[in-house]
Amino acid sequence: MDTVGGQVNSAALTAQVRKERRDSDTPFVLDVSVEIPPGITILFGPSGAGKSTLLDCLAGLVQPDAGQIAIGGDVLFDSSSRTNLPSQKRRIAYVFQSLALFPHMSVEDNVSYGLTHLQQQERRARALEVLAAFRVENLKTRKPEEISGGEKQRVALARSLVTLPRLLLLDEPLTGLDAELKAAIVDDLRAWNAAQRIPILYVTHTRDEVDALGERVIAMDHGHVVSAGTPQQVLDAPRRKRLAQAAGFENFLRGTVVDVREADGVMRVRLDASACEIEVPLGYAAAGSRAQIAIRAGDILLATEPPRGLSARNVLAGRIVSLDQRGTLMVARVDCGVVFTVHVTPGAARALALAPEQQVWLVLKTHSCHLVDD
Amino acid sequence: MEALLLSIKLAACVSAILLLCGIPLAYWLANSQWRGKFLLESVVALPLVLPPTVLGFYMLLAMGPRGPLGKLWHALFGRRLAFTFAGLVIASVIYSLPFAVQPLIAAFENVDRKLLDASAVLGAGRLRTFWRVILPLSIPGVVTAVVLSFAHTLGEFGVVLMVGGNLRGITRTVSIDIYDHVQSLEYAEAGRLALALLGFSFVVLAIVYAVNRQLGRRTGRRLWTLWAAR
Repeated sequence: MDTVGGQVNSAALTAQVRKERRDSDTPFVLDVSVEIPPGITILFGPSGAGKSTLLDCLAGLVQPDAGQIAIGGDVLFDSSSRTNLPSQKRRIAYVFQSLALFPHMSVEDNVSYGLTHLQQQERRARALEVLAAFRVENLKTRKPEEISGGEKQRVALARSLVTLPRLLLLDEPLTGLDAELKAAIVDDLRAWNAAQRIPILYVTHTRDEVDALGERVIAMDHGHVVSAGTPQQVLDAPRRKRLAQAAGFENFLRGTVVDVREADGVMRVRLDASACEIEVPLGYAAAGSRAQIAIRAGDILLATEPPRGLSARNVLAGRIVSLDQRGTLMVARVDCGVVFTVHVTPGAARALALAPEQQVWLVLKTHSCHLVDD
Repeated sequence: MEALLLSIKLAACVSAILLLCGIPLAYWLANSQWRGKFLLESVVALPLVLPPTVLGFYMLLAMGPRGPLGKLWHALFGRRLAFTFAGLVIASVIYSLPFAVQPLIAAFENVDRKLLDASAVLGAGRLRTFWRVILPLSIPGVVTAVVLSFAHTLGEFGVVLMVGGNLRGITRTVSIDIYDHVQSLEYAEAGRLALALLGFSFVVLAIVYAVNRQLGRRTGRRLWTLWAAR
């Protein structure tokens, strides 16, 4: 990779990493293979999935047991040839969740920390340029403890990007910020990266951030990559329960496959603890096998009369158990033999005059029912 | 007053040497993954539990004309080591070693590991990380180490008696001098010296506590943990 006049020729990151951790109570194995092109890629998964361990391996803070890490053609780590570039030589920027700003240095000194190879004047100019790009140049003489959370996050981003890294790792750097502030910072990050075009790996475990950042998502769980693709591909059809929970699925139903209709691409599942059967998309299951189904509370329709003439195949009769307002959402719990969580708008709840003990019907589209593994 | 000045000179020399040797030793003890590290830790902590007479006895044997230290000293400088100021300094350095090293280890270990990781990914090697991040954030610990070794050396008695003897202007420190005066029933002279030592010690500690308090306000941490360890 060459640096010419501050312009960087971007290259993708490729990594195969295996790392076993025995220090905790539950043994943990990280075993992944990823390719990260320039632009923002989101690393999504529940806590404990191994996201931070992967980032530590990429940055050289943790040594993998085996594997290979390269940016473009430049090998940073290779267990077969015993290559292991130390962190300070990898030219990878890493923003930690705690941000790790140096508490005894001013904002400007923090930002110019990674620029020791430059002349004093050049160093100052570069630091002020990046502080301006992230709209915090007015804070340059302040100490980290004297600025707000959002400002700290901007300074931490500026500090890591001023060195013109080849890869940027972000470990939930924007947690605790409101959505508007978060979006503003991400816009500035995108603007900066429009010129640099480096791969950015952004770790999060919240669904909102995935939707806001878009582009590509890699989903991890139990140390493995479980799916990769666009946010829609990855999060709307999660294959694992823990991932589905993180992606915002509220209903998990267990049942037994009673009938497989391959020609129709569906199968019927009898739910445990109730006589009702629902139709779900065809999965790798034979009649008689066990299945687990995830359904978003927002994907369930609620009717106060028996619905007729619907394309939806699953209509379940039930009774409202409870009704709670959460922000701009009404959360209804409906007992159909199994209890479903259903989201409706407060307006709809008023129009239908919903109340506990009321008889209702739930409508589930076949393709809103997702088969998941444990 | 000659004895008091000698004590201050001894304490100053010992603190300076301990600062220079203690920092690398403490850094190594704070960071090493070596399995046998506990052995060295035990050796460093030995003066905390050994009676000064035992430590002084072994130091005297080592510094004597036939002891390893004494022989080495003679080969290097052509002089004897026992019952000299230099010998007193060496013995005091060993005696006060844990008082310098332990606050330094505590301070170095107290620095957030994420700051060290941040420094590394920003391109800094270990030495630069030490000078720019670890040491500045450990200043209260460094101050504690200097003050404790100074104060501990100023007040020592047993080791001085064993390896220094009682040579006026060379090894007769204030604590020895006070003891001598009391033995000779010169209570007025002993009282004068004792009061001077008390006043001096109090003033030094008061200044250091005040400075540490200011530093603590600025860096958000204070490290007076070892006062409780004794």
